[in-house]
Amino acid sequence: MIKRKKAQIGKACVACGNCVKYCPVGAIIIHKGLYAQVDENKCVGCGKCAKVCPADVIEIVMREVEGHEKALV
Amino acid sequence: MKKHWYEYLWVVSLVYLILGFFNILFAWLGLLCFSIPLLISIFGGDKAYCNKYCGRGQLLEILGEKYGLSQRKISPKILRTKWFRYGFLVFFMSMFLLMIWNTYLVFAGASLKEVVTLMWVFKLPWWWSNTSIVSNWVAQFAFGFYSVMLTSTILGIVSMFLFKPRSWCVYCPMGTMTQAICQLKHKKDNG
Repeated sequence: MIKRKKAQIGKACVACGNCVKYCPVGAIIIHKGLYAQVDENKCVGCGKCAKVCPADVIEIVMREVEGHEKALV
Repeated sequence: MKKHWYEYLWVVSLVYLILGFFNILFAWLGLLCFSIPLLISIFGGDKAYCNKYCGRGQLLEILGEKYGLSQRKISPKILRTKWFRYGFLVFFMSMFLLMIWNTYLVFAGASLKEVVTLMWVFKLPWWWSNTSIVSNWVAQFAFGFYSVMLTSTILGIVSMFLFKPRSWCVYCPMGTMTQAICQLKHKKDNG
């Protein structure tokens, strides 16, 4: 297992969808109008979503991923 | 990448404000901004309006990101709490109901007040609109509704300027309301 940067969405997400628009790899969806959800397999941890989130609920954290995953950033 | 048609809806928001300035009766069109998000969340069960179609959100983003008018700072924590969001929704809806009541009073015979009220307090005389073609209550509703739309636009612009471009989205009453509808709807769906 190796560690990679990944976006993590907090509970106070207002589901505005701004992060979806800015995600360069299409890793975020708005789940049933309730909150943003990150596909960790797609997320490259670039932090663009966190930068534009008006509710400041996105954090970039280190996550363990499968060893063969290619480093994209 | 080719843009989608809905990415130009900011033009509609801008045109709405301009049209309302020249003739207040155009304010009635703002009801679309109230009903469409609600209908989408009630029947579609999501916040597609906020996510894709909100012209005001797009406008704030253009002003804040493209033209660099936003300081891109994190908004105060209190603004992002559930208490504030729902508190503001309750306040906003109370003011909205008060506006409906004023419309009713005019319908019942009270005189038309040709003013646009900014931030629920400041009354701007608005004498240049020709409202003679409609009933007084129709005009009164237009004055009230334009006040609501202008006030929320000002709050959006101030939030955009002080914090992040779409900071208004955090406490936008329509956003809070549609998210609450989605919560109820999916709670029901999940039993």
